[in-house]
Amino acid sequence: MSPSFADRVSSPLMAEAIGIFQVNLGYRCNLACRHCHVNAGPLRMEMMSKEVMEQCLRILESHSIPTIDITGGSPEMHPHIRWFITECAALKRRLLVRTNGVILLEKGYESFIDLYTDNQVEVVVSLPHLDPHVTNRQRGDGVFQKLIEAICRLNARGYGQADSDLILDLVHNPGGAYLPGSQAALEALYRHTLLHKHGVTFNHLFCITNMPIGRYRDYLWKTDNYEEYMAALVNAFNPAALGKVMCKTTLSVAWDGRLYDCDFNQMLGLPVCHGAPSHVSGFNLDELAHRRIATGNHCFGCTAGTGSSCQGEVAA
Amino acid sequence: MADYYEKKDLEDFGNIGEYSPELGKKYFEYYGEAMKAGTLTEREKALIALVVATTQKCPYCIDAYTSQCLSLGISREEMMEAEHVGAAMVAGIVLAHTTQMRKIIKKKEM
Repeated sequence: MSPSFADRVSSPLMAEAIGIFQVNLGYRCNLACRHCHVNAGPLRMEMMSKEVMEQCLRILESHSIPTIDITGGSPEMHPHIRWFITECAALKRRLLVRTNGVILLEKGYESFIDLYTDNQVEVVVSLPHLDPHVTNRQRGDGVFQKLIEAICRLNARGYGQADSDLILDLVHNPGGAYLPGSQAALEALYRHTLLHKHGVTFNHLFCITNMPIGRYRDYLWKTDNYEEYMAALVNAFNPAALGKVMCKTTLSVAWDGRLYDCDFNQMLGLPVCHGAPSHVSGFNLDELAHRRIATGNHCFGCTAGTGSSCQGEVAA
Repeated sequence: MADYYEKKDLEDFGNIGEYSPELGKKYFEYYGEAMKAGTLTEREKALIALVVATTQKCPYCIDAYTSQCLSLGISREEMMEAEHVGAAMVAGIVLAHTTQMRKIIKKKEM
């Protein structure tokens, strides 16, 4: 494949701030979705220790980072998640939890909707496709219907309703070896279809390009789609998206406290480098906020078309 | 045929203005305007483009617009339904042209 990402970027990519403190609590999940870049699943044992969680809280207490973004794996499966969410909420920041949605219906986990509601947590649910067959192929049998039920329950608590402060966002990931379409068009389609076919509502749709890493990369290789997919990403390179990539304002904390420029670099084992602290124990805001970002060819995934981030498009 | 239609040639589409840059620029402006959402949605336009691609038998366009339809969340059933419109139109066009054939037959047969 040519050219490389480094060839396409005229100068090193630099962070500009830390606006989002993203905490990955571990890779354990009750699902094993085919597009998962984390390779998360029921057999993964990596899990953040309480000591690292406390270090994260101390950093957040002493620095006015505006957004806390909790992810995994399935965050709900972490044994200290309830305590951690309550502590994060007490800091009065924007607080998001990325959930697979299905777990909110599982025995022993039903009360998480109460926890999220009580702490004004923004809930981000993965709903890759409006076609039940496509979503189930991607995430497992019966997942689509469970997601509709979970969204129903969230709606009943006020999530995703026009007159409520409780935010429910959905995530679309392509169900194959192609890039996501325009977020505006897909959001309109999701809004109309979910309301009229399933009677549920939400706030925003985030369209996220599948990263050619983890389980999704395995899928691309096995189906002989890898080269073509990478070519599509490279050909869709957009300098405007490069200027707004999420790593410029995000810091990703792994389960073991290591720091990364993004969740994708975390999965590739590319920690923060170029001299900035690479573990929560050595956190230094000034150094991290202006660090040089570690890049690779997977970064084409965030710069293709209108760009992609954990918040969806970046350069519409 | 494979020697003429190479998959990677689709990547050359952006260079069709070579040797005639002004007209190429105008074409891409026109293309961009025609394809963006207007009274018709991006989804409707993508389906029209896909059906034109198959009825015109353009492998590059079939590749590009099948991917575009997938990207826009269009289901395989919706795509196939649209293709049947194309197939019905092509069949109708063939049969409509039998008018000429039938006229000639009627004129020339004793």
